[in-house]
Amino acid sequence: MSSDPTPVDRMAGVAPEPGVTKPDPILTVDGVRRSFGGLTAVDVEHLEVQRGTITALIGPNGAGKSTLFNLLTGFDRVDAGEWSFEGRRLNRLGGHQVARTGMVRTFQLTKALTRLTVMDNMLLAAPGQTGERMWGAFARGLWGRQERANAERAEALLERFKLLAKKDEMAGSLSGGQRKLLEMARSLMVNPSMVMLDEPMAGVNPALVQSLLGHITALRDEGMTVLFVEHDMDVIMGISDWIVVLAQGRVIAEGRPADIRANKEVVDAYLGTHHEEPSDTAVPAAAEPEEDR
Amino acid sequence: MDFMYILSSAFETAIGPIAAIYALAAIGLNLHFGYTGLLNFGQVGFMLVGAYGVAVSVTTFGLPLWAGFAVSVACAVVLALLLGIPTLRLRADYLSICTIAVAEVARLLYRASFAQEVTGGVYGLQRFAGDFYDANPFPPGDYGVGDISFSARDLWLMTVLWGLVALACLVMWLLIHSPWGRVIKGIREDEEAVRSLGKNVFVYKMQSLVLGGVFGALAGAMIAINQQTITPDQFMPQVTFYLWAMLLLGGAGRTLGPVLGAVVMWFLLTVFDELLRSLSSTGILPFLQGSDVGALRHAMVGLTLLLLIVYRPQGIIGNRKEMLVNVK
Ligand SMILES: Nc1ncnc2c1ncn2[C@@H]1O[C@H](COP(=O)(O)OP(=O)(O)O)[C@@H](O)[C@H]1O
Ligand SMILES: [Mg+2]
Repeated sequence: MSSDPTPVDRMAGVAPEPGVTKPDPILTVDGVRRSFGGLTAVDVEHLEVQRGTITALIGPNGAGKSTLFNLLTGFDRVDAGEWSFEGRRLNRLGGHQVARTGMVRTFQLTKALTRLTVMDNMLLAAPGQTGERMWGAFARGLWGRQERANAERAEALLERFKLLAKKDEMAGSLSGGQRKLLEMARSLMVNPSMVMLDEPMAGVNPALVQSLLGHITALRDEGMTVLFVEHDMDVIMGISDWIVVLAQGRVIAEGRPADIRANKEVVDAYLGTHHEEPSDTAVPAAAEPEEDR
Repeated sequence: MDFMYILSSAFETAIGPIAAIYALAAIGLNLHFGYTGLLNFGQVGFMLVGAYGVAVSVTTFGLPLWAGFAVSVACAVVLALLLGIPTLRLRADYLSICTIAVAEVARLLYRASFAQEVTGGVYGLQRFAGDFYDANPFPPGDYGVGDISFSARDLWLMTVLWGLVALACLVMWLLIHSPWGRVIKGIREDEEAVRSLGKNVFVYKMQSLVLGGVFGALAGAMIAINQQTITPDQFMPQVTFYLWAMLLLGGAGRTLGPVLGAVVMWFLLTVFDELLRSLSSTGILPFLQGSDVGALRHAMVGLTLLLLIVYRPQGIIGNRKEMLVNVK
């Protein structure tokens, strides 16, 4: 992005090849496959996500991005393969167990808890609450202090995502874009070490997109790993340290934004089928900020 | 026609033992549906095992009454686990199908001839409530003001029952206004979102099913105590539907919703019954027979629900703001 005048190459020395190994992977995927009837939705031979980076997962509609998210986060069952996060094998863990390891995901179709207030949405996500156990619930004295600390943290996050003014409103009264923001803020309440965002920018007011991108880079700069699905090429090229291209369930390319832009196969597979705009307008527009490299 | 008589007997029913029993069972249903979003169409099944827990323990096995109540609660826990373990990981409709089926199967099992030695089969069980009435602290006589009066027996029942209702409401209030309740309500909204935040949704749904079922079982046990005799056929599926009607009338997802719903519903039902009865006895409605009253009463419940859905979908004390939130 143009706001980042001296881009740091966080992936120095990594070859732009599908399935390449990374120096410090936080997530490693091996042979993960999932088919629906005759359709192989996901078939990832090898994929690593480098710690502390923003990695974009792109690909045409139906490429299997959301399915891959579901598989990795325990919301769907793989047919074959294994994957590990922070060195821990995650096969067979349920969705809540994966979240507790520190890998928290959001959904393409936003899941705001509509008849809870914005604040309750946030508080619900805080981990390890004494009062969220049935017997603990009766002893307010045991969880009151914890609740106040969580509320403070929630307010700070809401402030950051410009939702603080809405904290006492029902989440269902928020706009689609605000719900996306809430879902992202809420996932941060879990204290994750990696967030997986499925189309976080979809439906968000363009004026907010810039600040949302700011949040994502700030998270990365604080040490978090971000894996996100996105369609907007400007956004992807602007903030990603690394891009993984998925087509028909397979990783067809990986690399820095500049590598992907120069990849003929990707331009054909992705921009050719998905983008209505001719590729020569979409790609160079995103290329500008990187030209000085 | 004596309006004072009709009103006072309606009032007696509304605060009487039966209304309290229904309120207790509806509180359980409120935890299931109003807060957790579980569609339980077999609350009567919990009432059945609760009633027989007491009756079988005392009459068949000669246990003391308090042990009978413990057995009732244990049976409810077992029933909830039976229902929940196979279905709570699946889509919501599986639970509702199972609850309605299992409640009915349980009734058929309890009335089956092979079960007769334990449950009394179709004849049911009697003579198990003696200890309860022996403990009645109220001296014999009638208690009341004006046209409203209760026997010492009813007063004792009402004391215990409304005490139980108050306790259940307190438990519910504390739970719902805690982080546990927040997770439960989150599950009602979207369980996948809650799971993605690291909460074990299955365990929460199970806890809710068990606790709500225990309230149902206690209500059932008190039905047994109140009537001093039980048969399986009073635990028909329509009991559950009356409970649903009360819950929706009062307001689901509110602590006092099910209690208010039970009281108002019993008041209206009695007014309706008594009006019809006195109308048919005066011969103003020659086409109306005494036996039609029951059928008309069902129709009235249906009509009430219909009007409710049209004019006040959130129930009497439901939260309109919550109701109107754009759920999509
Ligand atoms: N539950 C499902 N049942 C059947 N097919 C599915 C299911 N989920 C996804 N698919 C199919 O798998 C493919 C990948 O879908 P998805 O992961 O949602 O793609 P993306 O997120 O990349 O747009 C699509 O062809 C889709 O139709
Ligand atoms: Mg998708």
